[in-house]
Amino acid sequence: MGDIAWLSSSASAIPAATVRARHSALVRVTHWITALCFVALLISGVEILISHPRFYWGETGNINTTPLFKIPIPSSRALVPTGYGYVLPDQNGWSRYLHFQTAWIVVLTGILYIIYSLLTAHLQKNLFPRKADFSWRVFSNEVASHLRFARPPAAEAWSYNLLQRIAYLFVILILFPLVIWTGLAMSPAFVSAVPAAVTAFGGQQSARTIHFFVTLALLLFLLIHIVMIALAGFWSRTQPMITGRPATSKEPT
Amino acid sequence: MSHLSRRQLITTGIAAAAGATGLGVAATIAQKNGLIPPDHGGIYGLGETLNYPSHRLLTSHSLAREFSRSQISQPPMANEMAPLQDSFKRLQAGGFADWRLSVDGMVSRPAAFSLADLKSYPSRSQITQLACEEGWSYIAEWIGVPLSHVLEAVGAHPKARYVAYFSVDPGWWDSVDITEAHHPQTFLAYGMNGGELPVGNGGPLRMRVPRQLGYKSVKFITHLTVTDNLKEFGKGLGSASPEGGYAWYAGI
Repeated sequence: MGDIAWLSSSASAIPAATVRARHSALVRVTHWITALCFVALLISGVEILISHPRFYWGETGNINTTPLFKIPIPSSRALVPTGYGYVLPDQNGWSRYLHFQTAWIVVLTGILYIIYSLLTAHLQKNLFPRKADFSWRVFSNEVASHLRFARPPAAEAWSYNLLQRIAYLFVILILFPLVIWTGLAMSPAFVSAVPAAVTAFGGQQSARTIHFFVTLALLLFLLIHIVMIALAGFWSRTQPMITGRPATSKEPT
Repeated sequence: MSHLSRRQLITTGIAAAAGATGLGVAATIAQKNGLIPPDHGGIYGLGETLNYPSHRLLTSHSLAREFSRSQISQPPMANEMAPLQDSFKRLQAGGFADWRLSVDGMVSRPAAFSLADLKSYPSRSQITQLACEEGWSYIAEWIGVPLSHVLEAVGAHPKARYVAYFSVDPGWWDSVDITEAHHPQTFLAYGMNGGELPVGNGGPLRMRVPRQLGYKSVKFITHLTVTDNLKEFGKGLGSASPEGGYAWYAGI
């Protein structure tokens, strides 16, 4: 709380026009909507998964089918052989409502973000690797300093380093589109109109399995993202994403 | 918040006004075309209100994917069921000879069909996937009479908007809109994989709605009502499913 007071007083001392926002309002709003949506999708997704914690490859899979792998947890359905002697409470109803409602919000937010990015060249300016980044030395130095858990220099609060750029672009351009696509590939109505959405993955159960692994990748990203922010100074990096104002000159910790 | 310039403020204002007007117009059009799902209320209403009309615009005439005979799941999958009632067992003991499908509501010729009546109509078959909302699925050949054929036989009113269908189990009923009801793959199924429809899979008669999740394919159908208003049934949510927390429209 002390940090916030410090930040607002220091910000108000400088004329507004001279303060360059670290993150634009649209980036901040879409960031936090997406963050909230991801948590809701994760919780509701896990609840849905509990009703059938088995994964398959191909078109079909059920309790008569040999699974690709099983998640070693009890199920909310008595018919699923889990090896546990009990059945978890069924939470599928609200989970499914929440999952699909949140999916809409995150997809619409993503569309807004992409339109904004195209209009302002946000990705080119802030996320595509800079010319100087296209070198093996920059890459290996970045990897080495990350592996040492070195605290990044203050200047990095103003722009992203190479590994950040790669990670964020991977999430925005690969993981999110893939998790949305595999989600749609499980919709019987959607694939009736666009069969290629599911045949491209080799079947509905394959799409479900990929959906699961992409979710794991997104979860891994979220955890690393939070660890890295903590390492760089949690409030100094979180505040610009909330207020837009940088908190770099006097790094509060 | 950041300091908005006048231009930003005006642009944002215009965009917000356009957005609000757009939503208002969209809502009116959706209402007029019956694109508002019966379970549009409550905290999850937004998702359903977006799902259903967007699917209707995209998928009105699309066909569920069909598979080859070699892709039929063996052994066939039968989900867990509530214990069968005595009334069902009596009909079963009689070889379902007394099973009747009664059809009423907005029809010019209400009727009750025996299984033999239904089987005398031109039969159709499809090899489609039944995907459960839980995540499992199986492929089977479904044999039956298209629901549209029965609706024609009873003279369904052109202004009818929904067909509600009821299981022999009084707590189990559902409904589809008229688009889904007239869809060529929406069947009253009495056969499966070349034989009779097993009781475990909803025999002697089950609704088959292959473009929606498995729970819309209600088992043991005994009654259909053609209607233009789902408010008259149950809690007015269009199905027993939303009463238990599951969406009415299950094309997802």
